[in-house]
Amino acid sequence: MTTNATPEVPSLAIDVQGLSKSFGRMAALRKVDLQLAYGEGLALFGHNGAGKSTLIRTLTTLIRPDDGTVRIAGFDRESQASNIRSIIGYVGHQSLLYDDLTPRENLRFYAKLYGLPDAHDLVERSLAEVGASSYADRRVRVLSNGMQKRVAIARALLHRPRVLLLDEPETGLDQGGLELLDTVVTAVKQGGASVVMATHGTERALALAERAIVLADGRVSLACATSETTVDAIQQAVLAERGASSRSGAQA
Amino acid sequence: MKSYLRSAVAVYAKDMRLEARTKETFSAVLAFAVIVAFVFGFAFDPSPSVVALVGPGIVWVAYVFTGILGMNRTFAVERDRGTLEGLLLAPVGREAIYAGKLASTTTIMLVVEVLLYPVFLVLFELNLFNIWFVLVTVAATVGFSAVGTLFSAIAAHTRAREILLPLLFLPIVLPVIIGAVASTSAALAGDGWDGVGKWLQFIVAFDLVFLVLSSWAFDFVLEE
Amino acid sequence: MGTAGLGSRQALLGLAALLFLIDLYLIFQYAPTASEALGLQVQRIFYFHVPSALLGMISFAVAATASVIYLTKPNPRRHGPSIPKVPKRRAAKTRAARFFSRVVAMLIWVPSASVGTWRYLCRVEKRKWDRIAWASAEVGTLFFSVAIATGAIWAKPVWQTWWVWDVNGTLTFMLWLVFIGYLIVRSYAPTVERGSRWAAVVAIFGAAAVPFVYMAADWWEGLHTERITGPGASGSMDSEIFLTFMFSLVTFLVLFIALVAERTAQRGIEESIEELRREVSA
Repeated sequence: MTTNATPEVPSLAIDVQGLSKSFGRMAALRKVDLQLAYGEGLALFGHNGAGKSTLIRTLTTLIRPDDGTVRIAGFDRESQASNIRSIIGYVGHQSLLYDDLTPRENLRFYAKLYGLPDAHDLVERSLAEVGASSYADRRVRVLSNGMQKRVAIARALLHRPRVLLLDEPETGLDQGGLELLDTVVTAVKQGGASVVMATHGTERALALAERAIVLADGRVSLACATSETTVDAIQQAVLAERGASSRSGAQA
Repeated sequence: MKSYLRSAVAVYAKDMRLEARTKETFSAVLAFAVIVAFVFGFAFDPSPSVVALVGPGIVWVAYVFTGILGMNRTFAVERDRGTLEGLLLAPVGREAIYAGKLASTTTIMLVVEVLLYPVFLVLFELNLFNIWFVLVTVAATVGFSAVGTLFSAIAAHTRAREILLPLLFLPIVLPVIIGAVASTSAALAGDGWDGVGKWLQFIVAFDLVFLVLSSWAFDFVLEE
Repeated sequence: MGTAGLGSRQALLGLAALLFLIDLYLIFQYAPTASEALGLQVQRIFYFHVPSALLGMISFAVAATASVIYLTKPNPRRHGPSIPKVPKRRAAKTRAARFFSRVVAMLIWVPSASVGTWRYLCRVEKRKWDRIAWASAEVGTLFFSVAIATGAIWAKPVWQTWWVWDVNGTLTFMLWLVFIGYLIVRSYAPTVERGSRWAAVVAIFGAAAVPFVYMAADWWEGLHTERITGPGASGSMDSEIFLTFMFSLVTFLVLFIALVAERTAQRGIEESIEELRREVSA
C-alpha cells in the first residue's frame, strides 16, 4: 500500500505549484501556488465559486489537476495518490456517513477500510473526542446536522492524518460545535499536522491559522501571514474580487 | 493482497449490514421479480408444451431485468447519498471496492433468484430445484454482476441511469443470456453434464475474463 | 491534425467519391444479374451489405484498439494549446543525394516504412487516440446501420423474413448496440474527460465480448435452425461478381479512412478551440 518514497522537500506538508483545473469551458483553478509547513494552519477565503472547494478536493486527490504539481507530505499526486490518501483527513459538505448505520458502525467500517489496528478502542476514543459517545448507537439519519458533523470530524481524524482538509466546516455547528472545531484544529496543529480550512468565518479562521489565502476566479489574489492582516482587509479582498469578477463577467 | 481482501470484505460486510437493516434493495428487487413473473404468467398460456419452449427464456428475462434494477442501485445509492467519496478517499485500491460491491450485489441477486423458484413452480409448473440449474444460475449471475457492477458505476454518475445501464450492459452479457437459456433448457430436460457442461464452461470462461477486465477498468471509470 | 493534413484529407475524400461512382457502375452495369433464388436485382444489395458489415467490424477493431491505447498511455503534462507539431525532415542538399536517398528508401521500403509508422504512432498524443476512437465509432455506427438496413431489405424478398439471428447478424446487431452505447455515454458524462474514459471502457468490453457472442450465437444457431445458405454464403463466385465485390470492399475501405480522418481532424480543431478559449478567458 505505502511505497518507499523519500519526500524531496521534507519540510513542506503541502507543496502546490502552477495548479490548474478546468471543467469543460470553466476554468476553476488557474496556476495556483500554495506552500504550507507542518504544524501550520492555512485559512482559505474567497467568494462563492472562487475555487476553494475545487482546491481542497484536488488536495484530497478526488480531482485530477490539468496542469501543475501537487505534493503532499512529499508524495506526488500523479504517482503516489494512494499514499496521499492514507495521510489526509477530509471534512466536506457531505458527511460521508451511512444514514442507516450508527456512528459507531460507521467509524468501525472506516477503521477497517483504512486498516487501522485496535479498531474497537480507536473508535471509542474518537467518539469521545468529539463528544458523540452519547448518541453513538442511534442511526445517523436521526441525528441533527451538528451531531452528524461531529461524527464526520471524528471520521476524518480516525487515522491520525498529517494533513487535515476542511471545507466550510463551520456550517451547521452550534456554539459547542464551533468550540470543538477550535480545539480539534489546535490539537491537530500541536501534533505536528497541518490544516487547510476553507471558510467564510473570517475572524475565527484568522485566529486559528498562520497563513491566509484569498482566491478569486481560480487565482490567488492575496497570500500572507495571518499576523500581517486583519479581518477587514480579508473581507475587502473577497468583496473587491467579487465585484471585479462580476464586472468582467458582464463584459464577456 | 491482504489489504485488498480486508477492504473488499469491509465493503461487503457494510453493504450486507445495511441491507439487513433496511432491506431496501432486497425488497425492491424481490417485488419487481415477482411482478415480472406474474406478468409473464398472464401473457403466456402455461400449457406444458409452451412452457417447455419458452420457460427458460421467461426465467432468464425475469432474472436479467431484475438484475438491472438491483445493479443500478449498487452505486446509485452510494453516489446520491455522497458516501461514494468516502470510499474513494480511503487509501484502498479501487479493485477492492469493486470486489466488495460485486460480492454484495451478487449475494442479493442470488437470494432473490432462489426465492423465485417457488413462484415459477406455482405459475408455470416449472421445477427449478435442479442442481444443474443452480450451477448455471450462480455462474450466470456472477457474469451479469461482474459487468453490471462496472457499468453501474458509470450510470450512477449520469442523469439517465435507468436507460444507460441496460443499454451498455445487455449487448455485452448477451452470450451469458444465450448460454443461460440454452443450458437451462438442457438442465430442465434432464440432460445433466452432457447437455449443460459445454454451456456451463462457456459461462464460467466469460465470468473469469470479465471479472479481470472489470477489475482493471474500474479505476478508470471512477477517476474524476 | 488541424489544417496540417487538409490537402491529403480532401484528396482522400475525393478519391472515395470517385471510387464510389465507379463502384455504382460496376454494381449496376457490370455485375451479372443474380439467379431467381438469390433475388434477381435485389441481390445487388449484397455489394453494399457485406462491405458495410465488414467495415463496421473493422471500425470496431480500430475503435477498440485506439481505446486501449488511449487508456494506457500516460498523461502528458500540458503547457499551452496542444496543436501538435509536424516534424520536418531535412531536405537532401543535392539532386544526386535526393535521388540516391529515394532509391535506398524504395529498396528498404517495407522495414523503413514499418519503423517509421511505428515511430509516428508512438508520437501520436493521448487525446488524439480518443478522437480516432470516437470518429471510428461514429463512422462504424453508420456502416452498421447500412448493413442492418440492407440486410433486412435483402432478406425480406428472399427469405420472407426481415431478420435472421444467424451468427453474423447477431454479431452485427450487438456491435451496433455497443457503438450506440459508446456514443450515448459520452453525451451523458459530466465532463468530456470522463466521457472519453467511459466510452473507451465500453469499446474494450465490446471487443472482449465478441468471441463469446460469436461462439454463443454459433452454438445457438446449430441448436435451433438448419444452416442457412443463401445471401450470406459466398461459395464460388464468378469473376465479375468477385471483381465487383472486391472493388466495393476497397471503395468502402477508402471511404472509411477518409471519413475517420476527416472526423478526427474536426474534433481536433474543436478541442483546440476549446483550449484556446480557456487560455483567453484566463
